[in-house]
Amino acid sequence: MTKFIDKMKSLLKKVKVFFVKVYLNVKNFYKNIIAKNVSKFFSIITHNKVLNMSYTEIILFNKFKIKRTNKRRAAFIGLSFIFLWIVGYLIFSFYPVFYSFFLSLHKVKLDGSDIQTQFKWFNNYRAAFLSDPYFVEILINYALSMILNVPVTIVFALIIALLINQDIRGKGVWKTIFFLPVIIASGPVIRELMAQGATTLPSIDEYGFIEMVVNNVGEFLARPIQALFDQILYVLWFAGIQILIFLAGLQKIDKSIYEASMIDGASPWESFWKITLPSIKPLITISVIYTVVSMSVFSLNEVIVYIQGKMFATITDALTNGYGYVATLAWVYFIVMALIILIFVGVLNIRGRKAK
Amino acid sequence: MSRYKELTKKISSYFTKDKDKTKSKFKRFIFGMRFTDGFAYKLIIYLMLFGLGYIYLYPLMYMISYSFMTMTDIIDVSVNWIPTKFTLENYRLVWEAINYPRAFLDAIILAGLPALSATISSALIGYGFAKYDFPFKKTLMVLMILTFIIPPQVTMMPTFRMYARYDLLGSIKTFIYPAILGQGFNGAIYILIFYSFFRMIPNSLMESAQLDGAGPVKIFMKIAIPLAVPAIIIVFLFSFVWYYNETYLSGLFLRDSNMLTLPLRVQQYIDSYASLYPEGSLASELMQSAKLAGNILTILPLLVLFFFTQKYFVEAIDKTGITGE
Repeated sequence: MTKFIDKMKSLLKKVKVFFVKVYLNVKNFYKNIIAKNVSKFFSIITHNKVLNMSYTEIILFNKFKIKRTNKRRAAFIGLSFIFLWIVGYLIFSFYPVFYSFFLSLHKVKLDGSDIQTQFKWFNNYRAAFLSDPYFVEILINYALSMILNVPVTIVFALIIALLINQDIRGKGVWKTIFFLPVIIASGPVIRELMAQGATTLPSIDEYGFIEMVVNNVGEFLARPIQALFDQILYVLWFAGIQILIFLAGLQKIDKSIYEASMIDGASPWESFWKITLPSIKPLITISVIYTVVSMSVFSLNEVIVYIQGKMFATITDALTNGYGYVATLAWVYFIVMALIILIFVGVLNIRGRKAK
Repeated sequence: MSRYKELTKKISSYFTKDKDKTKSKFKRFIFGMRFTDGFAYKLIIYLMLFGLGYIYLYPLMYMISYSFMTMTDIIDVSVNWIPTKFTLENYRLVWEAINYPRAFLDAIILAGLPALSATISSALIGYGFAKYDFPFKKTLMVLMILTFIIPPQVTMMPTFRMYARYDLLGSIKTFIYPAILGQGFNGAIYILIFYSFFRMIPNSLMESAQLDGAGPVKIFMKIAIPLAVPAIIIVFLFSFVWYYNETYLSGLFLRDSNMLTLPLRVQQYIDSYASLYPEGSLASELMQSAKLAGNILTILPLLVLFFFTQKYFVEAIDKTGITGE
């Protein structure tokens, strides 16, 4: 047995030595070859006949002189660092946004791989609200579920962050558990779990909690609550990043503030409302935006599934079909999402002003 | 007599005092003193932690336990968590159906290369935003954050057309090109992480290097990058996980190609099975455990990765100070 253990130890040592070697090789390679050649390459670019950059001025073609001030230099360098992003933004973000808005105002016909467009003003938008039998209903459902789910997610994230921030054992383990959903929450996995009914807690159903609510509160209020409990796990699983955001914020609060308030006779409850909450308020706004966005772009979202279904619909002649219509749906969806974000942020800010 | 009275008084007072003392000690133990938490408080905290932890781990445990069950166990209502006989049959079924080693390799490449390019580009971009002033910087940053908020559905149609025209569909290029231009999946977040990380590096460090004659590129390569190792690891891990789990865009761009992400491949297998046997039939219900086994196989690489790198994941936001704005 001991022999075996020794063997394993030596093996592990060898593995370690191997990895250290690899690391050193990579480091040397970076230092000697990549870093050197990159700087060499840039010095060639900046010192030639077409473009000669000295410290005080730039000379183009040995004729045109441009003065280099510190400010200009910094601006140029900074812009060249984000040059990649600007190009990418124009190609992959600006152009598609612009083009999809363009499409949403048109009736689009696919002719092989060519696109034929017909300008139709806001016909598509009118069709989305008046002719489409499902879209408005789905959208209202989505908005209601957002208004219900987002505060729940935020509150639970805050509770969990506060719990982890206490003086407890195994902080790392708890953090790991609550962060796990971020790692494994992919569309198919969650779809499967929902199909199997694993996102509702069986214990809640068993004790008839929801029925009690239905009986006592009435149908109108009970239905959203039931919907919430039906997917409580699904909602909680979106809280991973928010927990970390809150936790980071909580750890940045100065402990001496709590001590001072305690000496002045504040209860933990009071110090939560008067110290903790105000100091992490900006983080709440960030988490709300993050929650709305991540829930809205999640691939199992009703609206998204509907839009994707429309996109690959085979009949393109109908009023509520085709690329232009899909673009319209997406834009309406985005506007609703932005409105929801604005409502949440506005509510948070109104409360803040009153507190002041 | 008076002496006796005094004595009893003394004794009784002694006892009551002692009683008070034990009582207060007990009270202190349960409810805590000014600066330490009591037992009851701790109990409540741990109870809540265990409750929430149970809720979080429930689906995972459910998946693991059901994926090991035989068909008879699934039908049997009395078998709840622990299967009567552990079987690897479900795993074998999925493993062979999707050719797991190949699919795994594909998934690693499909997530790894875009993640790598996203890391490199967002390091550059974040550094540019953090350390230099230029006109319209604020506007550009707002635009960058807007790219995160605009749902992919808005831009998807034109992007899809664009990729189709340039023949990028169905290959890994569909992910690498946007990623290398800083427009990858959740690209704004990576840039923001690097942005806040580079902002924490003191300017004086760079100024002294500049005085010693280092150019901006040299400063970036020799000072900023070595100092930003935690941010690099974090961004790479996050983008790897997000690319790995991404199913919406990859389902669109990679359809009909033979290089699929692992979640998509498992999904394809499940769908093909579902089309063979209609929903509600006995056979499709018996497939439950195989589906769950497939899902376990999907998330297994991530679980292993997470197990080794959880420190970085969990401390990510702490260290990079994404919240510092």
